[in-house]
Amino acid sequence: MRLLRTAAQLATMAAVAAVLSACGSKDEAQTVTPVPAGAPSPTPSAAGGNTIAVSASDTACTLDKSAISSGPVTLKVHNGGTKVTEVYILKGADGTSGIVTERENIGPNTDADVISELAAGSYQISCRPQDSTRINTGLTVTGDGASAAPTSASAASAVAGYRAYVAQQVHHTIEATEDFVAALKAGDLAKAKSLFATSRAGWEAIEPVAEAFGDIDPKVDTREADLESGQTWTGWHKIEKVLWVDGTTKDMGTQGDDLLAELHILQSRVPDAEITPTSMANGAKELLDEVATGKITGEEDTFSHTDLWDFKSNLDGAKKVYELLKPLVKDSALATTLATEFADADKALDKYKDGSGWQDYSKVDDAGRKALSDAVNALAEPLSKLAAAVVST
Amino acid sequence: MTHPPTDPRSQAAAPPSGPSRRRVLGMAGIGVAALGGVGSLGWAAAARHNDAGFANAGAADPLNLALPFHGPHQAGISTPVQDRLHFTTFDVRTEDRAQLVAMLKAWTLAAARMTSGTDALDPGAFPSIVQAPPGDTGEAIGLPPSRLTLTIGFGPSLFTRKKTPRFGLTGRRPEALVTLPHFRGDTLDPLRCDGDIAVQACSDDPQVAVHAIRNLARIGFGTVSVRWSQLGFGKTSSTTPAEQTPRNLFGFKDGTNNIAGDEIEELTKHVWVDESDGPDWMVGGSYVVARRIRMLIEIWDRTSLAEQQTIIGRDKREGAPAGATLERDQVNIQALPEDSHVRLASPLSNDGKRILRRGYSFVDGSDGLGRLDAGLFFIGYQRDPRTGFIPVQHNLASDAMNEYIRHTGSGLWACPPGVPGPGRFWGDTLFG
Repeated sequence: MRLLRTAAQLATMAAVAAVLSACGSKDEAQTVTPVPAGAPSPTPSAAGGNTIAVSASDTACTLDKSAISSGPVTLKVHNGGTKVTEVYILKGADGTSGIVTERENIGPNTDADVISELAAGSYQISCRPQDSTRINTGLTVTGDGASAAPTSASAASAVAGYRAYVAQQVHHTIEATEDFVAALKAGDLAKAKSLFATSRAGWEAIEPVAEAFGDIDPKVDTREADLESGQTWTGWHKIEKVLWVDGTTKDMGTQGDDLLAELHILQSRVPDAEITPTSMANGAKELLDEVATGKITGEEDTFSHTDLWDFKSNLDGAKKVYELLKPLVKDSALATTLATEFADADKALDKYKDGSGWQDYSKVDDAGRKALSDAVNALAEPLSKLAAAVVST
Repeated sequence: MTHPPTDPRSQAAAPPSGPSRRRVLGMAGIGVAALGGVGSLGWAAAARHNDAGFANAGAADPLNLALPFHGPHQAGISTPVQDRLHFTTFDVRTEDRAQLVAMLKAWTLAAARMTSGTDALDPGAFPSIVQAPPGDTGEAIGLPPSRLTLTIGFGPSLFTRKKTPRFGLTGRRPEALVTLPHFRGDTLDPLRCDGDIAVQACSDDPQVAVHAIRNLARIGFGTVSVRWSQLGFGKTSSTTPAEQTPRNLFGFKDGTNNIAGDEIEELTKHVWVDESDGPDWMVGGSYVVARRIRMLIEIWDRTSLAEQQTIIGRDKREGAPAGATLERDQVNIQALPEDSHVRLASPLSNDGKRILRRGYSFVDGSDGLGRLDAGLFFIGYQRDPRTGFIPVQHNLASDAMNEYIRHTGSGLWACPPGVPGPGRFWGDTLFG
């Protein structure tokens, strides 16, 4: 579960997901910092592919080409107007089918890059000078297939492999959650507790993919501390608190059914999830972020102290991405470092193995937590370079 | 999709108002070269440069100075004390010597870059591949060099762990790099003590010092992990006697009789390791002791002025030693109360031994009981701690000030000589 997500973001993400049914584009929607006028512009993104010059002003939004081929796209925006502007890439011939990405706060006489990955189809580039009329200009993206096609056979193979992995993990988590819910309905508190962590394992391994759909994660994996005013608490952590704090399974059967229903929705969406090597790499990094922010601190499973189970799943999910992407990484030093650090992190975690599961995290002392944290930092830093290494292939 | 005006990305996206750090310092590098050799101790003054080119109007502003990283001694020891401190110690996670050496080389390059005022790495804050995290964390963009110095030291635990030599350093640990003994009144917190490596970042701008440590820590992930760190402000010891002597949080002037940065003979005698001291790899280096000294502020503040002055051994307003009238009047040791701090710490009570002090005040908020968690982060450089800090600190066992302080953190590190030039690295006299 992510720590920082506002209601507005959730609503936005849900809206985007509903329109796009995709996650990949979000990950590529990175924007770069503006460069003061007169300074040399950044070199074209190594994402390669297409570059479009966008001349924005208070009254115009001109592109230097009206059609490009699908794949990575860099809009090199120059705001020649007198007002701060924003540039959006909108989906659809009329631009009403959703936002692909956006770049805000481009000052007068300033350059900015907007980078995305576009599938074949019709788009509108929308310039939005402050307090002025929006100006849309059409863009056609040509190419085969509806998605931003991977550029190489190895990339396609990595993406296919990952989609299969995600499907498998979702399947696992549904099966395990069915057992968990059966125990809840049977009123078997001890059994339910013993199945809580295992029910989450598949989910935790692929969480960034699930999170990108926006609307599922808040319903199944919100922690009590992250609840917003007015939000009804549902999902795993709600059940966790009732089991461990209240010591009962009362009413939890219904909660469990709702949880399962959401997981089935997730399962139905996996085939359409837009997955790219970049989104995979970013997802792997996010899994380590999850470990660093939630598990190391013991905040994730604050009632059951089963954080190390989630830690292991996050780590496995990230490692799977690395293994699938390895053929695409030309930087052999990075590949070696990642192999070493994944092994080290596993070793650090293995100290806390307990039979087929993991020790109660509240029993791990400060020195132990520091060692785990060091291992996570050692892995996450090089892992943060994987996305760029994949892009530059 | 609209965002509230407070969307952090809006701010992040705001164009920098001034010249970028990178651009300023691309040119400042030229300035250093052009002005090399300026300054009585060999530190060069690089004036701030703006987009219009070389501007000398700001030359008097210390924030605009870049201190040279390369030299016979490490910067940050005899260097005039900057206003701010970020002191951090690291433990080495690997036992692989090659990996450690590679990190020291990477650190050296980054340190040379950052002290000259440029990004830690290239590519820096704005990589052309935007899918990559920035090489430099970016918070120092647009800030001048601010006299940043970075000083490294190696602790006893780098050489031996559980009596087993590490990194092939058998026999290389200096005899002077002892394990500090217990001192009377020590209430040390193990989480604020020791560390395989220490890095002292000093700057006139706190953000520049923090930026330096943050980026070194990032470069070091996997090889080292941060053990503990301490921020400091308001230099409590001047090495520039012409300036007004700063006051510590007890409200007293501190460091009146410190070794000045231009007292070459005193530095040679008391601070720099000599060939006759050995080992060879330490010649031109120094030993640094750091002590986190918590002051019991609220108790002290209820103490009468007369008693405060008796405890310190100096007059609070002027800083004059007891029995004298001016701050810099000769200390007459016999005139000072026997258990006064100045008397017990004076070279006259310590066989003439002097320590170069460059400590800082610290306030780490409050302690949960409504008391300031504050005090003095003592940093002392010396040629040999066995004749420097250790006997002096033992001598302070009867210090009347002890009632008002607690030593909560501690460490000793061997600081190798300076990096003479590009191509060399921190500690290469030991590891090279």
